[in-house]
Amino acid sequence: MKEYEKTGVIALNEIRIPSEEQLKRGVAITECVQEIPCNPCVDACPVDAISMENINSPPFVDYDKCTGCAQCAAVCPGLAIFVVKLEEEKALVTLPYEFLPLPEKGEEVKALDREGKEAGKAIVKRVIKKRDRTCLVTVEVDRELAMVARNIRVVK
Amino acid sequence: MRIRNHPILDFEKKKEISFLYNGHKIKAFEGETIASALHAAGIKVLSHSIKLNRPRGFFCGIGKCSSCLMRVNGVPNIRTCITPVEEGMVVESDMQDLPSADFKDGEKENIDTDILVVGAGPAGISAAIEAGMKGTSVLLIDENYMLGGQLIKQTHKFFGSRRERAGTRGIKIAEELENEVRELEKKGNVKILVGTSVFGYYGNDGSHLLGAVNKIKNVMYRIRAKKVIFACGAQENMLSFPGNDLPGVYGAGGVQTLMNVYGIKPGKRVLMVGAGNVGLIVSYQLLQAGVEVDRVVEAMPRIGGYSVHAAKLRRNGVPIYTSHSIKEVYGNGKVEGAIVAKLDENWNFVEGSDEDVKCDTVCLAVGLTPSARLLFQAGVKRDYIPEAGGYVAIHNREMETSVKGIYVAGDSSGIEEASTAMIEGRIAGLSAALSLAGRKEGHKEIEDYISTLEEMRAGPFGSKAREAKRKILEEALNEGI
Repeated sequence: MKEYEKTGVIALNEIRIPSEEQLKRGVAITECVQEIPCNPCVDACPVDAISMENINSPPFVDYDKCTGCAQCAAVCPGLAIFVVKLEEEKALVTLPYEFLPLPEKGEEVKALDREGKEAGKAIVKRVIKKRDRTCLVTVEVDRELAMVARNIRVVK
Repeated sequence: MRIRNHPILDFEKKKEISFLYNGHKIKAFEGETIASALHAAGIKVLSHSIKLNRPRGFFCGIGKCSSCLMRVNGVPNIRTCITPVEEGMVVESDMQDLPSADFKDGEKENIDTDILVVGAGPAGISAAIEAGMKGTSVLLIDENYMLGGQLIKQTHKFFGSRRERAGTRGIKIAEELENEVRELEKKGNVKILVGTSVFGYYGNDGSHLLGAVNKIKNVMYRIRAKKVIFACGAQENMLSFPGNDLPGVYGAGGVQTLMNVYGIKPGKRVLMVGAGNVGLIVSYQLLQAGVEVDRVVEAMPRIGGYSVHAAKLRRNGVPIYTSHSIKEVYGNGKVEGAIVAKLDENWNFVEGSDEDVKCDTVCLAVGLTPSARLLFQAGVKRDYIPEAGGYVAIHNREMETSVKGIYVAGDSSGIEEASTAMIEGRIAGLSAALSLAGRKEGHKEIEDYISTLEEMRAGPFGSKAREAKRKILEEALNEGI
């Protein structure tokens, strides 16, 4: 049995981690490893970077093709896609967010890890409100949190 | 108790009305049910058990469990959870008399139709749309006063492919299906009766004969239908433990109805029992509604639902305890807490592992049982198929049962997902309509739907449904259905 089947928390070694170069350009990371019948991310990708053998296969992102546009993250029914972009000293993480209150651009929020624990601070860089009301929030975190920060807590 | 702001839903301010509950004036909003208005007013005890006089609270919220039976405007045994409240209504609890046998003051109406569809959830509406588009006359009946079945509370986005509207929220799919079937209603192909229960099957005189009633409007319907499609859904399972009937112990789906349809919180702090998709999704939706979720306990050693749903909960700080279950719920007339404990490999509680969880709400997400009593009463061949969730009607690939002209679709035919229910409904609707048109052979559209179903059940999470359907089809073949 995989650990995530027991805990619900996916381990880093279950995820295909992009190279430093790919992360510097910014790519979508699909934290979706089980075989479930679902493929909207494949249809959503404007550059055909996401592929699937059949509807039950986990998605495969071609990190060289992916532009990090986050369209897949907006549509994923499992809210399991995150876009990570490494910068000089910081990292940008774009995550799907479905809670109130919504954070505002420039606001400082808490970065949470995959267990909901505080991992550090995050600065909100962008909030995109989608028509179906799943928001895409981009936060700036310390570089070492690039593969850690997967949620935020708005402190108001 | 009422949700003011919600990240996904808008609860528009509706017209305020009032009704009488045991002589007291209670405020309500137009469009909500009697039981939800009572819940919002803090009245959580809805009835008492007849023999031991134990309090009964809101449990299923969709007219299946009978916890909320009351006398409404003098009519006994009304399911208040699916009955919209009206200005000046007189509601009395604990009046569970047997109704008298005559119906002399009521209206009686005869309806002749090509196809009767019982249940207007994802399967039923899909069946009505397909059959209506083929030009047959369709009567679509649901005991709820809203169309859409359980889709109307599903605020999460659906999985699947684009054709099954993946990435779209269930509530939106309900709207789209309703619009489609209302179009057919305008054209006169589909007649829709809501708030109406089909209560019995009375044989076949060339057409199938069924009875239905709208108890609030006091109308009885005598229906003659050439074909009948039963898409009656499912009901939530109960779990046995001391205190399981205390008000505050809800079906997880009941809570989903209360908060996502009516905008009412069940309580402040929840213990969720069951980490299948329902348990995981409803826990997340409780957080969205501003309710705390203490933890999710799951008796199995692994999480049954999708890991992506579990991950959403975990990153919001909700722990999931596998190999743990609920031992008892305690409280004086209402839930005040629960004892959970670890299970060993033989499903026995591990001594000394008890934990006291302070909560005012316990949600049971421990599976569903197909609602198929009308089918059984109509005499279809049935069998107990554990993978389907209980007794189900044996049916062939086109969803026809052993009684010619009677079809089944959706959860009534075996517990699965709304996405597959919609396809099964389409198959049943098409098959029934084409059979009326005198078709003898197979049909391309039906075959396409069948192959989509097979594709959706192909993965590991489809194994249960696959096995259920394999057994059902094998039996159908042996029976010559």
